[in-house]
Amino acid sequence: MNKSSLDPVSVRAHDLRVTRGRVQVLKGLDFTVRRGGVTGLLGPSGCGKTTLMRAIAGIQARATGTLEVLGRPAGSPALRPLIGYVTQAPSVYLDLTVRQNLEYYAAVLGVPRADPAMGAPPWGHLPAARLGAVSRGRVDAALADVDLTSHAGALAADLSGGQRSRASLAVALLGSPELLVLDEPTVGLDPVLRRGLWELFHRLAGQHGVTLLISSHVMDEADRCERLLLMRAGRLLADGTPAELRRRTGADTVEEAFLRLVDDADDADDAGDADDSAARAGESV
Amino acid sequence: MNAVLSPARSLATARRVLRQLAHDPRTLALLLLVPVGLLVLLYYVFDADRTSFDAIGSSLLGIFPMVTMFLVTSIATLRERTSGTLERLMTMPLGKADLVAGYALAFGAFAVLQATLATGVALWLLGLDIAGSPWLLLLVALLNALLGTALGLFVSAFAASEFQAVQFMPAVIFPQLLLCGLFAPRDSMQPVLEAVSHVLPMSYSVDGMTQVLRHQDITGDYVRDVVVVAGSALAVLALGAATLRRRTD
Repeated sequence: MNKSSLDPVSVRAHDLRVTRGRVQVLKGLDFTVRRGGVTGLLGPSGCGKTTLMRAIAGIQARATGTLEVLGRPAGSPALRPLIGYVTQAPSVYLDLTVRQNLEYYAAVLGVPRADPAMGAPPWGHLPAARLGAVSRGRVDAALADVDLTSHAGALAADLSGGQRSRASLAVALLGSPELLVLDEPTVGLDPVLRRGLWELFHRLAGQHGVTLLISSHVMDEADRCERLLLMRAGRLLADGTPAELRRRTGADTVEEAFLRLVDDADDADDAGDADDSAARAGESV
Repeated sequence: MNAVLSPARSLATARRVLRQLAHDPRTLALLLLVPVGLLVLLYYVFDADRTSFDAIGSSLLGIFPMVTMFLVTSIATLRERTSGTLERLMTMPLGKADLVAGYALAFGAFAVLQATLATGVALWLLGLDIAGSPWLLLLVALLNALLGTALGLFVSAFAASEFQAVQFMPAVIFPQLLLCGLFAPRDSMQPVLEAVSHVLPMSYSVDGMTQVLRHQDITGDYVRDVVVVAGSALAVLALGAATLRRRTD
């Protein structure tokens, strides 16, 4: 953990490849995600964003190459308390209330019962006590962060789609993650909620030093990120700050920058069909 | 791989599973009342033949928990696999053993309730006549419930939908039911079937119930039956845990 807190890089990938069935979904990715701040992972649906996030969370089978997360190989058991991964489809128990969901996940994460500042009781935390009143404070705080306090007692099945994905997001806020991997967390939410969540993400990054990797296929969210990774068809098109990407491509918006990068990559691919060495040069763009 | 069992996480999982059940009162009522209803039915089916009621009724007290817990667990874990909650848990510091133990604890506890109610009704309202102690019946019923939970957990790995999961019930439970000695004595079966019946755990649970029915004391056969059923439950639970994968396609 000490190593990871000194390392300026949260995620480091080298020649990361993932095969699903006979298809290579990730075709050799090289990138780093800087420690702290919000990094956006942008690209069209089906470009491999979710596979990459699953690989970082340590649950993607058949990943080859190097993938280091917080200084350890992805999937190391020691990383499990340090990473919060939120899938695109809300993963909460529909037949539990929002609060019951959070209480269970808090127990699994081993969130201490009382506020850490107050310390443990002299006899330590009995398993039963931990079970009974798992960190009400943390659960309440997570509920407030996603604006679901008024729905704490509602069954997850009775929530709207947006509320359910916020409940799922709240789970990731329970522990003390150093890295949050969020798969399209703002899809389908209204603009006010989206703004609220982006404020929350930046608060987590700014005040708590959390690294956030957030995917989206909506390019207009790009400017909310400090850094961007642009993906297409299992490859990384570019990375940098939104301003850098716009400048490099001479585009006015990130969406336009993305489209120009796609055209450039396609040209390179075409050249590669004719001449293998040209393809290699194209890949290194 | 986290092989060490965490009591806090196992208990939290058991509590969560019971809380899920608590939000489904209709399922709860069915789980508790259907066995009782079937025993009453059986009582009147053997209206003129109380000896048969004693024999079949006591065996059924062991079979009910296995069947119901098999169904409940296979659906519950299938949901866990398909809803993304299992995937999420696998990114967290939860051991596979914690999850399996949580399910076993929750459904085991519920099975105690179910079996107590069914046994109580059978013994004291329907006059089921057994020579041994009702506690011995309960013990076999509990172990059967764990076996059902274990089998359900295991087969849910091979079911892609709830339709498929439900179809595993006749596939896994019915052959055991036919061969367990309830319909015909096992030694009167075709020799191959008799040999198969020797390796099916339900044969031992029915035999254990029969021991309690006939003998006042704990017999050597009863002990063997209990050990076999418990051992099978643990072995299948371990198999079920092995079907949980941290990394998936």
